[in-house]
Amino acid sequence: MQPQLLEMRKITKVYPNGVAANRNVDFALQEGEIHAVAGENGAGKSTLMKILFGMEEPSEGEILLRGERVRFQTPQDAIGKGIGMVHQHFMLVPSFTVAENMVLGMEPKKGLGIHVEEAVRMTQELSDKYQLAVDPTAKVESLSVGMKQKVEILKALIRGAKILILDEPTAVLTPQETEELFKQLLTLKREGHTIVFISHKLKEVKAICDRITIMRSGTTAGVFDMADITEQEISRLMVGRDVVLKYNKEEIFYGPPVLRVSGLTYVNALGKKALNDISLTVRAGEIVGIAGVEGNGQAELVKALTGGLEGKRQGSAAVNGSEIGNADMRAIRELGVSYVPEDRMSQGAAKEESISDNIISTRYRNGEWNRGLFLRGKKIVKLAEKLIEDFKVRCSGPAQPIGMLSGGNMQKVIVARECSTDPILLIAEQPTRGVDVGAAQLVHQKLLEMRSRNCAILLISADLNEIMELSDTLHVMYGGELVAKFDKPSKVTEEELGLYMLGLKNQHSTEERGGATDAEIL
Amino acid sequence: MLKYFDAIRTLLSVAIALVIAFIIIAFISDDPIGTIGIFITGPLASSAQIGNVVEIAIPLMFTGLSVVLLFRAGLFNLGAEGLFYISGLVAAVIAIYWSMNAMIHPAVAILAGSAVGALLSAIPGIMKAKWNADVLVTSLMFNSILAGIGLYFLNYHLRDAAAFANVSYKFQETARLETIIPGTRIHTGLILVLLCILATHYFMYHTRWGYELRMTGSNRSFAEFSGIKTGRVIVTVHLIAGFLAGMGGSVEMLGMYARFQWTDLPGYGLDGALIALLAKNNPLSVIGAALFLAYIRVGADQMAILSDVPAELISIIQAIIILLISAEQFLKMWKNRQLLKEAEKLG
Amino acid sequence: MDSFWSVIFSTDFAFSVLRVTTPILLAALGALISNKAGIVNIGMEGTMLTGALTGVIVSAYTGSAWVGLLGAVMSGILLSAVLAYFTLKIKTHIILGGIAINMFASGGTVFILYMVSGDKGTSTSLQSKVLPNLHIPLLQDIPVLGPILSGHNVLTYISLLAVAGVYYLLKRTPLGLQLRSVGENPQAAQSVGISVVKIQTIALLLSGFFASLGGAFMSMGYLSLFTRDMTAGRGWIAIAAEALGGGSTVGTFVASLIFGATNAMANALQILKIPSELVATFPYAATVIGLLVYAIAETRRKKKKNS
Repeated sequence: MQPQLLEMRKITKVYPNGVAANRNVDFALQEGEIHAVAGENGAGKSTLMKILFGMEEPSEGEILLRGERVRFQTPQDAIGKGIGMVHQHFMLVPSFTVAENMVLGMEPKKGLGIHVEEAVRMTQELSDKYQLAVDPTAKVESLSVGMKQKVEILKALIRGAKILILDEPTAVLTPQETEELFKQLLTLKREGHTIVFISHKLKEVKAICDRITIMRSGTTAGVFDMADITEQEISRLMVGRDVVLKYNKEEIFYGPPVLRVSGLTYVNALGKKALNDISLTVRAGEIVGIAGVEGNGQAELVKALTGGLEGKRQGSAAVNGSEIGNADMRAIRELGVSYVPEDRMSQGAAKEESISDNIISTRYRNGEWNRGLFLRGKKIVKLAEKLIEDFKVRCSGPAQPIGMLSGGNMQKVIVARECSTDPILLIAEQPTRGVDVGAAQLVHQKLLEMRSRNCAILLISADLNEIMELSDTLHVMYGGELVAKFDKPSKVTEEELGLYMLGLKNQHSTEERGGATDAEIL
Repeated sequence: MLKYFDAIRTLLSVAIALVIAFIIIAFISDDPIGTIGIFITGPLASSAQIGNVVEIAIPLMFTGLSVVLLFRAGLFNLGAEGLFYISGLVAAVIAIYWSMNAMIHPAVAILAGSAVGALLSAIPGIMKAKWNADVLVTSLMFNSILAGIGLYFLNYHLRDAAAFANVSYKFQETARLETIIPGTRIHTGLILVLLCILATHYFMYHTRWGYELRMTGSNRSFAEFSGIKTGRVIVTVHLIAGFLAGMGGSVEMLGMYARFQWTDLPGYGLDGALIALLAKNNPLSVIGAALFLAYIRVGADQMAILSDVPAELISIIQAIIILLISAEQFLKMWKNRQLLKEAEKLG
Repeated sequence: MDSFWSVIFSTDFAFSVLRVTTPILLAALGALISNKAGIVNIGMEGTMLTGALTGVIVSAYTGSAWVGLLGAVMSGILLSAVLAYFTLKIKTHIILGGIAINMFASGGTVFILYMVSGDKGTSTSLQSKVLPNLHIPLLQDIPVLGPILSGHNVLTYISLLAVAGVYYLLKRTPLGLQLRSVGENPQAAQSVGISVVKIQTIALLLSGFFASLGGAFMSMGYLSLFTRDMTAGRGWIAIAAEALGGGSTVGTFVASLIFGATNAMANALQILKIPSELVATFPYAATVIGLLVYAIAETRRKKKKNS
């Protein structure tokens, strides 16, 4: 066995809110390898990498670099020890030239000023050396995404990075750009660099990595040589449930279709097909789940249904026969649609305002809650009190600002608001993310109650437990497409689901499409 | 305890500022105890002094209320200053040139001033709502523009050549606001402003528009998500805030002056920001905040007259209060500890 | 009309434009630097006023205009340091912090003036010094240019040099690069180990430095004494000039000249009976229109990007 270049031993990270993102994680790198880190959202990959890059400090555990104990308190410490990171959201200053971005914080000087020619020369030299062709004098804002990524990689290299962490580098790239990136990574490897490659895309991982560390629920699920493991096995280790929840679901005869989506296609600003020919139906009394690794088009689908999508789209989406089109959220709500947004803090609540204010936000316009311009204060407080009781919200009363509640209780208020307007369609996006088990179970029960009351529910979740237990019909989304549909989700195994979620299988490809699972470029 | 966090922070900020003021007085005054005594009790010394406090508080309440609405909607607009000024001028013009009976003359003048305030205020509002133009900078520019226009009218059209100073012709007696408490100069504007405060309070907490205003200010993307047309809210808030600032300028002009004589912005707009801070953006608290500010100003004036410490000490007190009240981190540790306790209590 | 043009095209007028522009330009450069670092310092007016008073007092007590200037600059930097501490460290809202600085200065200067001189209006009782005017050899003998450019106060020349200096600082020096990166993408700056708070503090101190130079010019060049509220809104004009200049050094310079020229024109206009009060509002109106055009273009650009 080769000596380890870097070792992270028994890393535990508990955040102040009590969430343990990493538990006793071991991670090791050998010199000159490309090492994949794979895992579902929330498996703890990013926390681990943040610790490695000095953005977070571990609660427990130690980091050894070439056998020596090191401590990274800031990214600067990590950079000083030869670690570089290419973030998913580029850390570039748009109005600066490539060379200026390269030398930011370590500018070569001539007298008092920056030695611009030297900066350009340094950039050019490095760019030539690693065959990462960039124009040092070009403004960054004028560059393509692929180019920007090259600048990010060069930025790490110019700071002496020997270990390079790439956080889902291909997520923003076209297939051609991805291929080019891979060539560059292999060049880097030949030059003796060590690369950590974070990705969900198993084909890519398989194609380029030497070893893989698989993470699940904050722990290491295994470390393998790439030659010794199949994509199927990776998928099985990545995707799985730890605690299996069980709910008693009432048998229901579905009513007529409430939401009908057909042939919905959307090309995003990067020119990628974020939604590709999506068709689905949600009937009254039915919970339709959409499973998938985040970033595969779920967010765009929800936006298309809630008025958040800007720009053109093809195909149609209709609620009870009324086309949604470019309608705004208000018009959509008037069709009888409720929506539990993924982002509680920015979309779901006004933190400084009271619980009752937050509860009436979607219905105060309704004649039932006002007399013309005036709100019916007493009635509103009564409603808030009732919902607080129904949803077991722990608070001091309807007047308490919602921002003072815990995450779980805040989410209960939001779900209570959305469920209590008698919607015909409820769109729930990651409804239990980051909330405690008790709150999660309550939310699940409420969703089932809504189902019994003949509400059509579209549930988008990365949580397999939730989505497999609650859904009556389950779709899997990958690369902007619905790649699988199951009518009896509880009968599906996690392994099989994982294969679809990670793009290894596609129900349509064998029948209709013949293979292409990656989003196509226009 | 947490419920009172903001109140405690406000009181503590005020207390610290006052203590610093007392320390300064102790250093420069020959009779520190006496001086501090005058500063504290001066405003209560006579009914004229008490009246003074209330008179000064009236315009402060108007601009404070105007700024409360804007701040509450999340809009950093400091335009109350210019609106107050130009509306005072509009009211003055009507007071000088129109003839009416004493019942409606002031009402017409005040309404005209308020309407002008509302309309001018809407311009930066529309620019913000439609194109997201920065309200702070545009409102500051408007202050300077309105000051220039006002001065032009004073110098070229309203100026009374017979007067010795740069002042307008005299208002007609019918336009002046009546004094309501004998022995003071407290005028009917007080009743008006209190009514405005009550109405604003009711508006903010009991009406749909007020609700939309609060949600938009607290979290604009949440408001949009809930189906509130935030652009419309922003324009509406500007209209109302401009109306109130304009009413303040008109009332002040007709209540306290016999001629238009502002040759520069009178400063009530920025004072409004201070009031809004002290009142924690709460309409009813504007009363207390304005009275407090007026009180320490009258106290300082008394101190300047009766002792050897100049009244401008007050601006140091105000600066310290502003710095401390709006400081997020000030007392943050204490707040976090309380939050934890609260969380534990609720489980 | 002839008399108007003869005034406008006189060397005296051009001379006075430069003179009147000096304090605006200095403060505008300060505003530019802090804005570039992503913080809006609206305390310029107060900082100028404080600098003006401190210059007078220190020069009166030391008998040296230069030490007075140093004192003025130190006071500006100190005031900005207080603002930086409150806004960057304990997170007072930057705009409210600026308001506090202005409130402090408007009354505080009168307070201190009274303490020092026993007068609340002017500093006539203080024997304060004035910074010298420079007659530049050779240049002063050139026709037209000589009378325009020579014989100004030393701070006027410093303000012109400062334009070049600030241009160089922002465009060509490491500090300038870091400053702009902090204003444009703080995360990017942080990711390469630049301390955002440190850079913003430096930017605020620099803005205080320039504002107080402008203030010192008012009391030790433009006039030879301090009078209450003598900056008369020039700090706000400086902020407007920065906005009108579109955030560039050259633009800020040109915009400051425009504001200076409209100020200087006031006298010429009186001859023509064109109200100077109205003319004085033109640059502000131009700023609003400029902001509006920019905002509309931004909105369009964003829409385009999304569709």
